[in-house]
Amino acid sequence: MDKFRMIFQFFQSNQESFMNGICGIMALASTQMYSAFDFNCPCLPHYNLAYGLGILLVPPFILFLLGFVLNNNISMLAEEWRRPQGQRGKDPAVLRYMFCSMAQRAMIAPAVWVSVTLLDGKCITCAFCTSVPVESLGNASYPRLSQGEIQRVLARIPCKEIYNGQHLIANEVAVRYLRCISQALGWCFVLLMTMLAFLVRSLRPCFSQAAFLKSRYWSHYIDIERKLFDETCAEHARSFAKVCIQQFFEGMSTDLVAARCHLPRKAPADAGEAAEKLLGITDQSTMNMALKSWHRCKPPLHLHPPALPTGNGWAGEGQPPTHPSTPRRETAAYYSCV
Amino acid sequence: MDRFRMIFQYFQSSSESVMNGICGLLALASVKMYTSFDFSCPCLPQYNMAYGLGIMFVPPVILFLCGLILNRQSLVMLEEWRRPQGCRKKDLAVIRYMCSSIMQRAMVAPVVWIIVTLLDGKCLICAFSGSMDPEKFVGFANVSTVQVQQLLAKVPCKDDELMRNNTSRKAVSRYLRCWSQALGWSILLILIMAAFLARWLRPCFNQATLLQARHWSNYIDIEQKIFEETCCEHSRLFAHKCILHFFESMRQEIKLHSFNLPREREGTEGEEDLLRGITDQDQVNKLLKTWYYEKPPLDVS
Repeated sequence: MDKFRMIFQFFQSNQESFMNGICGIMALASTQMYSAFDFNCPCLPHYNLAYGLGILLVPPFILFLLGFVLNNNISMLAEEWRRPQGQRGKDPAVLRYMFCSMAQRAMIAPAVWVSVTLLDGKCITCAFCTSVPVESLGNASYPRLSQGEIQRVLARIPCKEIYNGQHLIANEVAVRYLRCISQALGWCFVLLMTMLAFLVRSLRPCFSQAAFLKSRYWSHYIDIERKLFDETCAEHARSFAKVCIQQFFEGMSTDLVAARCHLPRKAPADAGEAAEKLLGITDQSTMNMALKSWHRCKPPLHLHPPALPTGNGWAGEGQPPTHPSTPRRETAAYYSCV
Repeated sequence: MDRFRMIFQYFQSSSESVMNGICGLLALASVKMYTSFDFSCPCLPQYNMAYGLGIMFVPPVILFLCGLILNRQSLVMLEEWRRPQGCRKKDLAVIRYMCSSIMQRAMVAPVVWIIVTLLDGKCLICAFSGSMDPEKFVGFANVSTVQVQQLLAKVPCKDDELMRNNTSRKAVSRYLRCWSQALGWSILLILIMAAFLARWLRPCFNQATLLQARHWSNYIDIEQKIFEETCCEHSRLFAHKCILHFFESMRQEIKLHSFNLPREREGTEGEEDLLRGITDQDQVNKLLKTWYYEKPPLDVS
């Protein structure tokens, strides 16, 4: 019992720390993706804004969806939401709790991407270089250029090699200005996210602690129940397969015996387990026939009561011998599993 | 009993060492964040001060909030503070103790950031270069007011064309950096002395109350953890019973509809038990369908 408890605790803590680990890995992956990404501003008037904002906003959306996809509990949530009511009522508070906790974890990687992008400054520099206030920062009284020309010149600010507007506004001045704005936005965004997280976390015990405990218990219960059911089904499938295959080999062996009118020689008493495990198939041709039959004609998914040793294979379907002691033994078997 | 004691000690030490570990990690993260952050002073008269002071003070607030969020004990303290009194009295001394220990740990990372910023000097140079008295520096002494503001604002930017080889720029920069570093070291010294005094003088005041507060705050933390574990264990047993009941009710239903009782044989006794009377593809399909369409009620009495 103690060992069971320890293993279970490990599993339980493991599940949460596993989810937190995935969350952290995604955040690191998002930083790594950003540094590996080769940002290439197009330096053309209308394309800059689209490119810059696209790089700022599209990857976070992808990361958010990925956060849901990688979370195992999403299928559990969907199942609980869509199942028919049956004999067990559905609690919307539990569903809300599950969704909120998944959404919170999925939000971390996108938030990291947006923060890193803003603090780095390249995206905002690319997107808003055409909106730099030339009057205050540069030489606006440069009469020879039309509005469109000025836009084209300003659009080349992120591309230092082809920038030809040094007389209009110095490249470094414009880049510093835009980067300062970007970093200010970045820090404000991080501050906002952190304050939001702090408020969500600290206001909960003040308001709905009892409801929270209930939702947490039942969402955890649903998760465990699903896992245990899967385990029980796996166990059942294993036993089913084992008995099915055993009956197949016995069937083969008995058929061969019937075909050859050859009584199986009783193995000598000291042959032991090995002889039993051979299941009556003891030569090459028999084995080949068994393998061929397994491939060509798999047995039906229907376990019959075990055959008598000297009879033919398919006895007993309509004859249930009632064992008065059977129910008691089965019940005892259940308790021994607990 | 021994095992229980070992687990208990592990829990007790674990909680505090986990919190200290998180505190240290945040401090390291704060240094790493500062070194990887690309500080870029705008070098414009109105923006310098906002940027410089912003970089000096906004990240510490963020780090402080992170320190509170990542500390599990802050939730425990809040729950203890807000819970209805019920049958157990609330001890304000315990709550105060927990609050002060949480705050102390949360303050480490912000203080590290501020000190690193001051010792590095870039933030202060950016923020206060425009507030310098131009008369003190030769290169800026005889320039018009408007232009001097512009020039002083450009001091933090070494590569600017106007500032590239300007010796007065270096003088202003060195002056501000000197002040910044002096401030940084002074703050560090004051904080360490305060921590030292607090730790040394604490046993002289209210030691008994402190011991009680520490004991009960630890107790509340452990009680919370054990409650959560017990709930987990309980939900597992509940689920187990529920599933067994479900399989049993399936078996009863199958028995009612067919007379095919599995007979037990010596060798496969274990397997037959695990099969729980479900020995057919149709029966398995029925079981799985019933599991989805009609989950059993949450009642294992």
